[in-house]
Amino acid sequence: MTKVVTDVVCPFCGTLCDDLAITVSDDGKQIIDCQNACAIGAEKFLHTSAGHGRITRPRKRQPDGSYKEITYDEAIEYTAQMLAKAKKTLWYGWASTSCEAMAVGHKVAEKAGTMVDNCATVCHGSSLLAIQDVGVPSCTLGEVKNRADRVVFWGCNPAHAHPRHMSRYSIFPRGFFTTKGHKGRKIIVVDCRYTDTAKCADEFIQIDQSYDYEVLDAFRTVARGHDIPDVVGGVPKEKIIKAVETLKEGRFGVIFFGMGLTHTLGRNHNIDIAINLTRDLNDFTKFSIVAMRGHWNVTGSGQVLSWQYGFPYCVDLTRRTHARYQPGDTSSVDLLRRKEVDACICIASDIGAHFPIEATRHMAQIPSVCIDPHINLTTEISDVHIPVALVGVEVAGCAYRMDNVPMACRKVVDPPEGMLTDEELLEKVYVRLCEIMGDS
Amino acid sequence: MSEILIKNGHVFDVVSGVKGDAKDIAIKDGKIVDKVSSKAKTIDASGKTVMAGALDIHAHVAGPKVNLGRWFRPEDKWYRGQMRGGIVKETSRMEQGFSIPSVFRTGYCYGRMGYTFVMEAAMPPLYARHVHEEIHDTPIIDEAALPVFGNNWFVMEYLKEKDIQKTAAYIAWLMRVTKGYGIKVVNPGGTEAWGWGLNCLGINDEVPYFDITPAEITTGLIEANEYLGLPHSVHIHPNSLGDPGNNPVTIDTMKLAAKYKPNNKFGREQVLHMTHLQFHSYGGSGWGDFCSASKEIMDYVNKHKEITFDTGNVTLDETTTMTADGPFEHHLCALNHLKWCNVDVELETGSGVVPFIYSPNVFPCAVQWATGLELALLAKDPMRTMITTDHPNAGPFTRYPRVFKWLMSKKTRDEQMAAFKNSGKVADATILNELDREITLYELSQMTRAAPAKALGLSSTRGGLATGMDADVAIYDIDPTKMPTDPETIEKVFLNASYLLKNGEIVISDGQIVFENPKKMTFWVNAKAPENKQVNRDIREKFLRYYTVTQANYEVPDSYAPHPFVIETEANV
Repeated sequence: MTKVVTDVVCPFCGTLCDDLAITVSDDGKQIIDCQNACAIGAEKFLHTSAGHGRITRPRKRQPDGSYKEITYDEAIEYTAQMLAKAKKTLWYGWASTSCEAMAVGHKVAEKAGTMVDNCATVCHGSSLLAIQDVGVPSCTLGEVKNRADRVVFWGCNPAHAHPRHMSRYSIFPRGFFTTKGHKGRKIIVVDCRYTDTAKCADEFIQIDQSYDYEVLDAFRTVARGHDIPDVVGGVPKEKIIKAVETLKEGRFGVIFFGMGLTHTLGRNHNIDIAINLTRDLNDFTKFSIVAMRGHWNVTGSGQVLSWQYGFPYCVDLTRRTHARYQPGDTSSVDLLRRKEVDACICIASDIGAHFPIEATRHMAQIPSVCIDPHINLTTEISDVHIPVALVGVEVAGCAYRMDNVPMACRKVVDPPEGMLTDEELLEKVYVRLCEIMGDS
Repeated sequence: MSEILIKNGHVFDVVSGVKGDAKDIAIKDGKIVDKVSSKAKTIDASGKTVMAGALDIHAHVAGPKVNLGRWFRPEDKWYRGQMRGGIVKETSRMEQGFSIPSVFRTGYCYGRMGYTFVMEAAMPPLYARHVHEEIHDTPIIDEAALPVFGNNWFVMEYLKEKDIQKTAAYIAWLMRVTKGYGIKVVNPGGTEAWGWGLNCLGINDEVPYFDITPAEITTGLIEANEYLGLPHSVHIHPNSLGDPGNNPVTIDTMKLAAKYKPNNKFGREQVLHMTHLQFHSYGGSGWGDFCSASKEIMDYVNKHKEITFDTGNVTLDETTTMTADGPFEHHLCALNHLKWCNVDVELETGSGVVPFIYSPNVFPCAVQWATGLELALLAKDPMRTMITTDHPNAGPFTRYPRVFKWLMSKKTRDEQMAAFKNSGKVADATILNELDREITLYELSQMTRAAPAKALGLSSTRGGLATGMDADVAIYDIDPTKMPTDPETIEKVFLNASYLLKNGEIVISDGQIVFENPKKMTFWVNAKAPENKQVNRDIREKFLRYYTVTQANYEVPDSYAPHPFVIETEANV
C-alpha cells in the first residue's frame, strides 16, 4: 500500500507552497506521485526516484580531469584541511539548505575565518541595500490575500518564476475582505516585455528597458500632485496618471518586484524609489511592497546570518574578532574577480550557472569543494563534490518564505543508503577542523 | 553532581528576607540547599553583594522584527570599540551589534549583568518558529515569549459575542501550538485598524469592521486570563503610546482592571501588567508643552494592587525602536524621517521598526528620560515595580546598570539634568529634581529579581535564594557596608558580575565567562481549557480560507524548543 504525506512544503521557490500531497511507496523509499505542486515543484520531488544525475558518494577530481569516488571521511578531511590551510576561503550558497544546517555551517566558518555569502549577492542583494537605506513597508502574503484590491507586479513574472504565487496569494484567491477574488482586484503589470503575468493584468504598462527609475519617479511625482513630461520611459503621461489614480483609490495595495528591478540600470536605487513610492502611497491609503525572493530558502540564509552576525549577506568572518560587511568588497563575485580568495566552498547553490565567467574561472583555479545533492555546473569545476540528502524531500528543516514567514519543511522519503545530510556533514567537518586547528 | 558554597557575601533577598547581612549560600544539584559537604567548591564573596539571578520581564530579543532591526541597520554594528585594538574575544562566538545585539551577544551580555531569565515581549504567532529558532541559538539565559492577542481576529470575533470560554479555548490552543507563555496585548484594536492605515487612539475607539473597542478586548482578555489561571497576567502596551497628553488613556486602561481579582496558583497578585509605562505617562497637548505626567500615573498605580508595571527607561542613546504597534512606528517615522519598516501579519498583528536617537539636546527626549526615572522613584511598592528599557525601544538592555546608577544616585541625576541643552525647560516639565529618593540595593533586588519573578508566576523557583529555589546566583563586586563614593562604580559593577551561577553551574568566574553553554530552557505554558468543538471548527475554517499556511504547518515542532520547561495550568471552570 502506498501512503500519502500531506501538508508538504515545496522546496523550490520563495513561494514555499505548503499544501503538497506526496504519494510514497510502501517501503518509504520512492516517490510515486505529487499533487498540488506546480510543474517545477513536482519535478523536484519526482526526479529523486527517477535517479537522474544523482550520485550518492563524494567524488574527487583526478589530474586527468576525471572524477573518482572517495569516502565521506576522505571528503571531510579534504574540506577541513583546505579550510585550515587557506588564508581566505569564500563560502557561498546556502539558499537551498535548511536554517539548521546554516547554523552549523556558520560555526565552521567562524572557526576557520571565512567569507560567508548567499545567493542574494547575485539576486536581491540590491533590494537588501535599498532596505538598509530607506526601510521597507511590507506585509505577509496572507494580508495580500485577505485585503489587497490593488496589486502591482514590477519587473517580475510570477507566471514563470513563482507559478503558484498568483493563485495562492496575489491575483486569484478570495480572502476575508476580498470575497470577489480576481474580480475585486485591479492588477497592474509594469515590464519591458509582454509577459505571461501581463496577460492577467487590467493594465499593462510597457516601459523602455532600464527606464524603471524614471517611471517610478514619475509615479511619485504624480502621486504628490505635480506635473510630468508627456512621455516618461516610453509611457504616455495619461497612462501614468491613470495608474496612479487607480493605486490611490484602492483600500490596500501591494507592489511585488523582481529581477527586472534589481538588475536593470540603477539597481538598488530602483528599489529605493519603489519603496519610497510605497511610503508616499501610505499617505493616501494602505500600501506594502514585497520582494519576490527566488531560491526557496535564500531568505532564511539572510535571517540566520542576521541573528548571528547582524548582516544578511556578504559577511566577512576572516577578522575572527568581529564580522564585517561591505558589499562590493566582501561580495562573492568581486572577491573571485579580484582573485582575493584562495579556496572556495559552494553549498546548496551553483556558482558555475550564475556567476560571470571571470569569477567562475578563478573558482575553478583554486582548491574548491561543492556540497550539493546534484551534479551541476559547479560540481564539474570543483576539486571535490560532496553529495548530500535533499532538504525538504529527504530531510526536514526550517526555511523562510519570501515574506520571512518560517516554514518547517518535511521529510517525505529516506535519502539513499548511507548519505549524509548537510547538517551531519558540516558537524563532522567542524569536529575535524577543531582537531586540526586546536581549540584556539 | 557538584556542590558549591558561596561564603560570606552580603545577601539581598526578598524571599528569605535577608537585607545585606553576610551569609553563606549553599548549592547542590542546581538548587539552593541548607548546607553542603566539606568537599564543596567555595567561592569567597566577602565584601561582595549576592543576589538571585535577575529576570527581565520585557525585552525584544528574538523574532522577526528584532532580526529585521539587526539586518536593516548595518550601522548598528559600528559600535565595536571593545573589538578594536587587538583585544582577544572572550567567547567562542563573535559579539555583534549595539542596540540590537546578535543572539550570542544578547546571551553573553545578559549573563555578564547577572540576568538568567528574559521574556521576549512580543511573539507574532505566525512567526513563532522564528522566535524559537533565535531563542535556541541564544546562550546562557532561559527565555520565554509572549504571543500577541490584542488584534487577533479570533479574539475580536469571540469577544464581540462576549464569549470568554471560546476566547480562552482559542488562547489555550494558540499558546500550545506556538509554545507561548502568556497574553500580550499591543495597542488593542489599533494594529488591526492599521491594516487599513487607521488606528485606535482611545479605549473606546471602534475597531473597523470588527465592531469592538480596545476596552472590550482588554477586559475580555483579562477575564480569559483569569479563567485559564495563567502564571502571568495580561501584559499590555496600551493605546496611544508616545503621544503627548496620553496619560488619561493610560489611566482609563488601568481602570479596566479594577474590578478583577487574580485567580491562579502561582502567587501572582496582579491582573494587569502595564509595560514600558514611561511611554504612556505624558502630559501636554503637543511637543511644545510636552511634560511628564508620572505623578498622576503613579498616584493611581500606588493605590491599586491589581496593577504591576515596568518602567521603560530612556537611556539617551541611538537605538532601534520596534513594536507590534504598527501605526505608532509610521507616526514616529513621520517625526524623525528615518527609515521605516512595517510588517502586517495576517489575521494576527502587525509591527514596525524605526531607528531613533534619544538626543540629550532634544527637549522631548530629555523629558522622557526624566519621566521613566520618576515612575520608579515615585513607586511605593518595589514588588510591583520593574526596571526595563523596553529593550531596544527606549535604550538597549546593556544600559540597565546605567539606569540603576541614576536610580541609586541623585547626584548623577542632577548632573545629567544640568547637562541637557534645554535643562531649565526640562526641569519645568518634570518633577525629577524634587525627588530625593535613592533606590537601595535591597529595593534593586526587588525590582530586578523578586518582583518580575512574582509577576510572571515564577516566584517559587526564581528571583530568590531560599532553600529549594533554582541556584541562579549573581555576585557583584560592591560592598554594601562601604558604598562607593563614585556613583560610576555602580554602573561598572552591575555591567559585569564577578560571578554568575546558572542552575548551580559557574558561568562567570572573576568577571570572565568561563562556561558559555550552560543548560538553558524555553519556558512555555500548557493551559488546559475545556475542549470547545466550535472553536476547533473555527480554527480549521480560518486556516482553510484565510491563512496562507495550513493548520498542520502552523504548529511549532518540538525540535524547535528542545529544552522546554512546561508549566501546566487548569482552567477555573
